[in-house]
Amino acid sequence: MLSYVLRRLMHGVVSIIGASILIFVISRMSGDPIVLLLPVDAPQAAIDAMRETMGLDRPIWVQYLIFAGKALTGDFGNSYRWQMPALNLVLDRLPATIELAFAALLFSIALAVPLGVLSAVHRGGWIDTIGKGFAMLGQAMPGFWVGLLLILIFSVQLNWLPAFGSGGISHIILPAIALGWYPVAAQTRIIRSAMLDVLDSDYIRMGRALGAPERLLVWKYAFRNAAVPLVTVLGVYFASMLGGAFVVEVIFAWPGLGRTVVEAVFARDFPVVQAGVLFTSILFVVSNLLVDLSYGLIDPRIRHG
Amino acid sequence: MVDIDAAYAVISRSPSQRVMRRLFGSGIPWWSLLIFGLVVVAAIGGESIAPHDPNGLDLGAAFKPPSWLEGGSLDYLLGTDNLGRDIFSRIIAGARVTLTVAIYAIVISGGIGALIGMIAGYFGKTIDAIIMRLVDIQMSIPSLALALVIATVLSPSLTTVIVVISITYWTWYARIIRGEILSLKERDYVALAKVAGCSTPSIFARHLLPNILNTLLVLASLQVGQVIIFEASLSFLGLGIQSPDVSWGLMLADARNYITNAWWAITLPGVAIMLTCLSANLIGDWLRDTLDPKRRQL
Repeated sequence: MLSYVLRRLMHGVVSIIGASILIFVISRMSGDPIVLLLPVDAPQAAIDAMRETMGLDRPIWVQYLIFAGKALTGDFGNSYRWQMPALNLVLDRLPATIELAFAALLFSIALAVPLGVLSAVHRGGWIDTIGKGFAMLGQAMPGFWVGLLLILIFSVQLNWLPAFGSGGISHIILPAIALGWYPVAAQTRIIRSAMLDVLDSDYIRMGRALGAPERLLVWKYAFRNAAVPLVTVLGVYFASMLGGAFVVEVIFAWPGLGRTVVEAVFARDFPVVQAGVLFTSILFVVSNLLVDLSYGLIDPRIRHG
Repeated sequence: MVDIDAAYAVISRSPSQRVMRRLFGSGIPWWSLLIFGLVVVAAIGGESIAPHDPNGLDLGAAFKPPSWLEGGSLDYLLGTDNLGRDIFSRIIAGARVTLTVAIYAIVISGGIGALIGMIAGYFGKTIDAIIMRLVDIQMSIPSLALALVIATVLSPSLTTVIVVISITYWTWYARIIRGEILSLKERDYVALAKVAGCSTPSIFARHLLPNILNTLLVLASLQVGQVIIFEASLSFLGLGIQSPDVSWGLMLADARNYITNAWWAITLPGVAIMLTCLSANLIGDWLRDTLDPKRRQL
């Protein structure tokens, strides 16, 4: 078990280092950052001096090591636009994104669990058909369009919920639905097939034969085991929502990391883009790592196997 | 009593006959084929079959509702946007961009991913380890975030969108094809081909590729919907297709500012995306079930 944990940790570290190289190389391909920092008619001497202070006259791998070394101490450089350290900006916006991703995860589970369980219990019935239809629609509708439709219906037409910004609970409802929409389909399918397996197992049939109430059988005895596959992939969904948040935050003007990075892209604010994307990747890797490590904790059969 | 003739008819079918029988034997998604066919027709016809110029401004006709509503006219079947552009014509023009991106992105990412996956699976050892680590690294950056980094470097255009999507999806093909090759290369005929002195490229082309074609086709068809949504998201953010090119995502971005004036401008391009993805996904499911049933979990 310990060697497995260590190996997974190593993979995670390698992935993050690789991601940082990738981000560094791609953003350096954009050409000379000097051009963006100095006026067009700057004298050659000033350009050379700037190049030297920024270390841009060194080989690219030295430049990467300098970038990585600074990044390790939390120094991504200053945001060109906000004149504050890029890291501070990113850390400032990160909690809002995590909050949104959690709310979206909560929404998707709240919808997927009843839908999946009832689809399995009434296999082939109308609720199963609804579940299947929902799954197909869910994967054909882009999250940002779902967000726009929600604004159209609940903000513009009905005037029930605010269309943008952050504040109380009411502000998070629509963005959470828009972000949590997509994974509902997959989660429903996972729950449904796990429930079908469990409901067919000997201990459930035994319980039924002994006359245990169906509701108790389904929700207490069957669901507890059927939930394992879903719980183990929750981290993956959480991670995928960090990516989806880039678009949803823009639509709802949610003050999170995604919107900040998108705005930074348009302002060509490289330090913020680099820090933001690297942080998203780290969160992504960490949540996937936690998933892998959680298997043993949640399902004793795996731990002892 | 066994009907010898019928049994003989079954075993004497040619491989292509067998595939045709399986494809058309059961549950053909007619509606999906019809809708996707219409999208293809729109994409091929483009502006020449559109009733209006997709970029033709007519401020006098701005915010006209769809024809079936009060104030709408048959001249503007699906209404107009804030600049008086005909939404129906723009949806037709958008189909071409959407399918162009989808075809190029799928061919490029599928081709590169399949080749890399074949190399990793066939040669194994260090090459495999390096390639799979690269795949892991790339998958540790959320695809939209990676797209944003690339978009800061390349200025947004049709080509950029294709590059971004290809870079995002090759890992998906590489992983699955690698797995296929791992088991294929242990087969006797591959070993015999090697002993008989076949060169590596000819083993790839003649013995491995034909065996992964079904999987590739299924993967590609299942990817269509995802690529369309990805393109729409990029264009919506302003990082994809740029005006005067028309894209469904771009139409939604324009309409977003007038959400209180014209609900049709924000719903109808989305309906086009939804119907196209839905039909593509259903066709993909059908191909998977008939050609490659063991991949049902994809």
